[in-house]
Amino acid sequence: MDPELKLELRRQGIFTTTLEELYNWGRKSSVWPLTFGLACCAIEMIATTMARYDLARFGAEVFRPSPRQADLMIVAGTVTKKMAPQVVRLYNQMPEPKYVIAMGACAISGGPFKQGYNVLKGIDRYIPVDVHIPGCPPRPEALMDAFITLQKKIDAQPLTGADRPRHLNADEPSEFVVPQYGAHDLVPAKNPKLWNIITKPTSKECMAGVDESGKD
Amino acid sequence: MSMNLEKIKSDLEAAVPGCSVRIVLNGSPSEQHSLVLGREHALEVARFLRDDAELRLDFCSNVTGVDWLDKEISEKVKVKQVVDGVEQEVEEVRKTRTPGYLEAVYHLYSMEKKHGPLVVRMHTEDRADGIKLPSLTPVWRSAEFQEREIFDLYGIVFEGHPDLRRILMWDEFEDHPMRKDYVEPNDYEYEPTPHDAVLEKSKQARTLEQ
Repeated sequence: MDPELKLELRRQGIFTTTLEELYNWGRKSSVWPLTFGLACCAIEMIATTMARYDLARFGAEVFRPSPRQADLMIVAGTVTKKMAPQVVRLYNQMPEPKYVIAMGACAISGGPFKQGYNVLKGIDRYIPVDVHIPGCPPRPEALMDAFITLQKKIDAQPLTGADRPRHLNADEPSEFVVPQYGAHDLVPAKNPKLWNIITKPTSKECMAGVDESGKD
Repeated sequence: MSMNLEKIKSDLEAAVPGCSVRIVLNGSPSEQHSLVLGREHALEVARFLRDDAELRLDFCSNVTGVDWLDKEISEKVKVKQVVDGVEQEVEEVRKTRTPGYLEAVYHLYSMEKKHGPLVVRMHTEDRADGIKLPSLTPVWRSAEFQEREIFDLYGIVFEGHPDLRRILMWDEFEDHPMRKDYVEPNDYEYEPTPHDAVLEKSKQARTLEQ
């Protein structure tokens, strides 16, 4: 339907919509996060839900204490290698559709502890992350921005076709491999389906473009 | 409040016959000198420190571990030598090698007498097989988790500890990650601004790529 016509109709008191819009509107307006914090980022997450920032304005007023009732996992804080299997297990226990916000430097990359022996280099090695927020810790505004980004993402999801979200595609997995404790690291160290190491382009590849532009 | 270590030492030697107590001076402005206890009588010494009417060190605030590697100290010594029939003073470099050891450090305070800290240390025999120390948890209960942490990260085995198992790393973990010779698995990933040890790893990774 032409959006101009839709607006005009609304002015005349006629409200039109589609099933997809209604469905997505309902989903994006009641995303319930899991009560789940790992480190100092959790304090900012708590602040976001309190009166000053009031995440409830966006439909996330109830933090559910059980993964069975939650739609969103906010990974707020450092994920140690000892904690990672439990985080993945909690994610697996959440019903579809489910989303993940990786909050803070530690959750997205390991942060200041990246080169340590005990901290996971980002939770996106084991579970699919929808929104990453940098910051140490990110301010409540950043978490709200991530939340609104997630709402926009949900709003734009088509219900049919090849681009439909994971929970509407029976072939897509809804559970992911829970890593085991190894002698020095988690086994496997990453889920290769979710995470491929991004290598920096080698100097040869960088120079290739320069040479071509030089010839012109 | 600084403690009179000389007096504590003589009191200890009188109360616990055969115990070895050595004073280690700290040259820094804090002047936190410490006592090194012998392993054999450490438990009795600890009981005395806690129960003695004058000391009453009833609170163990902190226990930590230190890993001391093998040390080689070279010093110049002047030696008289006969060179070409004439006695001369010749400088000679002498190397002394002290074997490494693991150390547990206890910080003791008295709530009752309001004094402290008294820093007490214990050394293991070496870093390989002689890694046993007596546990002071029977004397100060607050040492329990911290001794477990030292066992986890440094590998000191505390004899007499009620529940000695890993506390921070998972049970399947091998090795002790805070030891200076711990080699972590090379799981280097691209860093935009590498420096120090990470720079070395990034160079290694780059040579492997090529």
